[in-house]
Formats: sequence, C-alpha cells, structure tokens
Amino acid sequence: MRARGRRLFNRSLGGNMLIYSFLMLLGVIMVLPMVYAVSSAFKPLNEMWIFPPRFFVQNPTGDNFSSLFGALGESYVPFTRYLFNTVCISVIGTAGHVVISSLCAYPLAKHRFIGSKVIFHMIVMSLMFTSVATGLANYLILSKLGWIDSYLAILIPGFGGSLGLYLMKQFMESNVPDSILESARIDGAAEWRIFWRIVMPIVKPAWLTLIIFSFNGFWSMGGNAYIYNENLKTLNYAISQIVSGGLARAGAGAAASVLMMIPPILIFVITQSNIVETMASSGMKE
Amino acid sequence: MLNRKKDPAVALRRPVLKRLWGDRASYFFMLPYLSIFVVFTMLPVLVSFLLSFTYFNVLQMPRFVGFQNYIKLFTQDEIFLIAIKNTFYLALVTGPAGYLLSLTVAWLINELNPKLRAFTTLIFYAPSISGNVFMIWGVMFSGDSHGYLNGLLLNMGVIKTSIQFTNNPKYIMPLVMGVSLWLSLGAGFLSFIAGLQGIDRQYYEAAAIDGIRNRWQELWFVTLPLMKEQLMFGAVMSITGAFGIGGVVSALVGFPSTGYAAHTIMHHLEDYGGIRFEMGYASAIATFLFAIMMLSNHAVKKQLSKIGR
Repeated sequence: MRARGRRLFNRSLGGNMLIYSFLMLLGVIMVLPMVYAVSSAFKPLNEMWIFPPRFFVQNPTGDNFSSLFGALGESYVPFTRYLFNTVCISVIGTAGHVVISSLCAYPLAKHRFIGSKVIFHMIVMSLMFTSVATGLANYLILSKLGWIDSYLAILIPGFGGSLGLYLMKQFMESNVPDSILESARIDGAAEWRIFWRIVMPIVKPAWLTLIIFSFNGFWSMGGNAYIYNENLKTLNYAISQIVSGGLARAGAGAAASVLMMIPPILIFVITQSNIVETMASSGMKE
Repeated sequence: MLNRKKDPAVALRRPVLKRLWGDRASYFFMLPYLSIFVVFTMLPVLVSFLLSFTYFNVLQMPRFVGFQNYIKLFTQDEIFLIAIKNTFYLALVTGPAGYLLSLTVAWLINELNPKLRAFTTLIFYAPSISGNVFMIWGVMFSGDSHGYLNGLLLNMGVIKTSIQFTNNPKYIMPLVMGVSLWLSLGAGFLSFIAGLQGIDRQYYEAAAIDGIRNRWQELWFVTLPLMKEQLMFGAVMSITGAFGIGGVVSALVGFPSTGYAAHTIMHHLEDYGGIRFEMGYASAIATFLFAIMMLSNHAVKKQLSKIGR
C-alpha cells in the first residue's frame, strides 16, 4: 500500500478513457433519481403535478420542509422522541452487531475446533431462509421473554444478524495472515489481546463497511410487529404515517426522504474516508 | 495452544472433552453471538420448517399433514407455478447481471485516486442508501400522462395514448428487472470495494515482473484469486437478493401484479403467510425457496472455485 502514488502497471490510455466514460454514464443513471428526489423536495405543490412533467424545480421553495415539520410538530408524541428512538436503535444496534459478530467471526475464521465448520455453515444457510416465514415464531419467542414493546425486541435479534458475521469471517480468513497470529502467541499474547490489537486493526475496512450497511438497516427500520407503544416508535415510522396522508402530503414526503438520507450518507462519508486513511498509513500484512 | 492447524494429527488423537476444554477460548468468543443466533434465528427457522408439515391457521393448534402442503404446491396451485417461473426468470437475469455489475464497477472504481474513489462509491451505493427513492422509477414509468416517459413521448408525438408500463404484462418484467439491477449495488458491492482495497500492491508489481501483460490477465490471475472470500460473500448476497425479490416489485407494479405477470415466490409467501394466515402452507413455500437458494449457492461455489485457473 505504500506505493499508492506510484504508477499502475499494465494500464493503457485508451482503456482508461473507455473505463472513465463507462463509469460516468452508469453513474449518471445511478444518481439521477437522487437528483430528482432533492429537486422534488424543493418543488411547490403546483409544480409536482404539472403537465408536461418537469424534472428540475422551477421556483424552489422551502414549503415542503416547513409542512413536514409542521406535521411532525402536531403529532401525539413529540418529534424529538421519534428521533431519539431511531438514533438510539441505530447507534447501539450497529455497535453491538459489529462487536458481537466480529468476536464470533474470529475463531470461526482462524481457529479449528469441534463444530467450527458446522456452525459456520448453519449461519450462512440461515441467510437463505426468508424472515417473512419466521416472523410468527420470532414473535412468540419475544413475547415469552417479555421483550415485546421494548428496544430489546429490535436490538438483541439485530445483534445476531448473520450478514455481518459472514462478512467479518470472510475478511478475517483472507486478510489476517496466520504467521502474525502465530508470532503473537509465541510472544505470549492472549487471544483476547490478539483479537483487539492485531485482528481488528487488520480488518478495519471490513468493519467500517459493516458499520455502513448495519447503520443503514437500523436507520431505515419502520414500524414492526414487536413495538406498539407510540413512545418507542421510530422516526421512519412517524414519517411514513405523515406521508400516507395523501396527495397534499406529497411535498412533505419528498422533503422527508431527502432528510432521512442525510445520516446514512454522513456515516458513509466518515467511514469511507477512514478506510482510505488506514490503507494509506499502514504497511501491514507481513 | 489454540491453533491446531499446525499439527492436526496430534490434535485429533486427544479425547473430545480435552479438546473442547482446550478450545474454551474459541467457544467463549462465540458465546454472545451464538446464543442470540440459536434463539432468534435457528429456532424460528426450525419451527417454520416443522410447520411446513402441518395445517396451521394461527388460531387452532397445528395439525400434522405430512407432505400434503408440498404436494398441493406442485399439483394444485397454478399460481405458484407461475410464481416459480417468474422468480427464476427474474433471478437468472438480475442475479448474475447484478453480481457482474457490482464486481465490474468495484474493480473500475478501485483504479481511481482515493478521494475520487470514495465519492464514486457513494454515487453507486446511493440507491441502496436512499430508502424508498426507487419509487421514482414508478413515477418515471407511471401509466398516466404525468409519468415522465409517457409525458415525454406524448409531447414529442411518438405515441397518441400513454403506455401502461406498470399494468401491461409486456412491460412489467423489463421494468422490474431494470429497477432491481439499479438496486443491486448493495452489500456485495461494498464488500468488493473493501476487498479490492485490501490487496497489497506488491502482488501486482510481482505479477508485472512475472509477465502479466494486460489488465484482464491481472484481474483473472491476481485480483480475483486474492478476493475469493469476498466473491463468495457477494454471491450469497446476489442469490438471496435475486430469489427473494418481492417488495420492490409490489411497490412498483402493485400486488398482485396484473395477470400475475410479476408474481414471485416471495409474493406467494406473503399472500399465504401475511394475508390468508395459512402458516403451514406458507412455511412450505419458504422451505422450497430455501432449497432453491441452497442449490444455486452450491452451483455458484463450484463456478467460483475455477477462478484463476
């Protein structure tokens, strides 16, 4: 990685040009709906339904945002409570998921013991059983535990998601050389120390990536069958209630989808710039 | 010593209890995750699997019916057969295409300088971050004259009456495929990006000296073999995404779609599990879907093992 600035091998100018134009074209398609979403958020109501439809806003206005906050202000539970719930769930859920699944991924990737293969296969297989069919059983288990109507019903099952474990295990397997672990053990380091001081720093790109989509998942969580108390519901749920208020709320809906995008994007930018830094500064790997 | 990879023969000769005790640190690391996994993932999956052999309407106790649900699925349920056809059609197109798109874009982005790379990654990952912004495709292809494409075509005089993109079975499938592809740069894509960045540049330098001529050879003989674990992860993401397609389709073309033109296995499951509350039957559908995904995972694994040869 030290050679980041040096020229790449095996590259031709023509090939580069082709690649850049391909990326540009594809990038425009990917980002077009985003641009539209932002542009719509600033459209006055009469511009949303004109014919012929216009892509870009003509007379930008902040009305949609004030109507959104107006509607949120009238709700039975204060808007800040929804925000608090969502932030709590997203932050605690993501942190717990990353730590707990990384802890489990380490022995699965780097130790060999009775049951290691079976356990890993079961976790990967569980990704393929759709959660739609397991909802009922999940509900029964949560109610037996008395966790219905509490954060626990969302957080604890969220900690044990299979996706994060799978990602961490794959990265640990391919990126952490056995020789480093071996020499640390010879130096007398305990497994706990090896995990935090050696393994986790090496797979930093993996857990930064996991933070991105774990946060994204928790953040966009709407209403579900386990939470009935209005005080514990999420921001996304509150907003979907407002947006379902029909055509008159279309503007507020557009404003809401833009605002809801901001935190995941911020998390993305922060973690991605960290990935780049790790890569530039570490001469890791044997 | 925890690591038994050094001398497995010696390790295997030791009694089981001693080995379990010797590996206690490993089990200790896994304890928090596994306890959650067993209670909230394994147990519900097992329950659902067992329910697939029963008649269960949520109100009465489940009644054991053997393979009846499965037999009914394949012999009496015509809509399910349509769902299977649609699901395979969708999955076989969007799965591989989305996978290759993720990999290609990740690989191309990796050549950019770090700042530009982070920005480009964001642009391509944006559809996954954006929640329900994909509904904008619904607006673009909306069947009335306020749909952008219809409005444009009407204005230019190409068509006289608007085209029912979201209702006409002829257009539904391509529309759904397009939007699924647009959404396909998700978790797999990010793991490719992170995997590519973890490859040490020394390998490329060595490969160039060893006579690798162009970027294709470099990709096939150096890059891909070094990111096999990520490729496998991405494949599982693509498989579960492609066969589990459902929610996006309902949002775009309604549920049920006109003439069941885009009715997938997930829709069928939703129908019986969420609307009719025939949980036994729904569980049989889920188990069948699971079997399909397992088989495709097996097939993909085989293909991936050929990389670099």
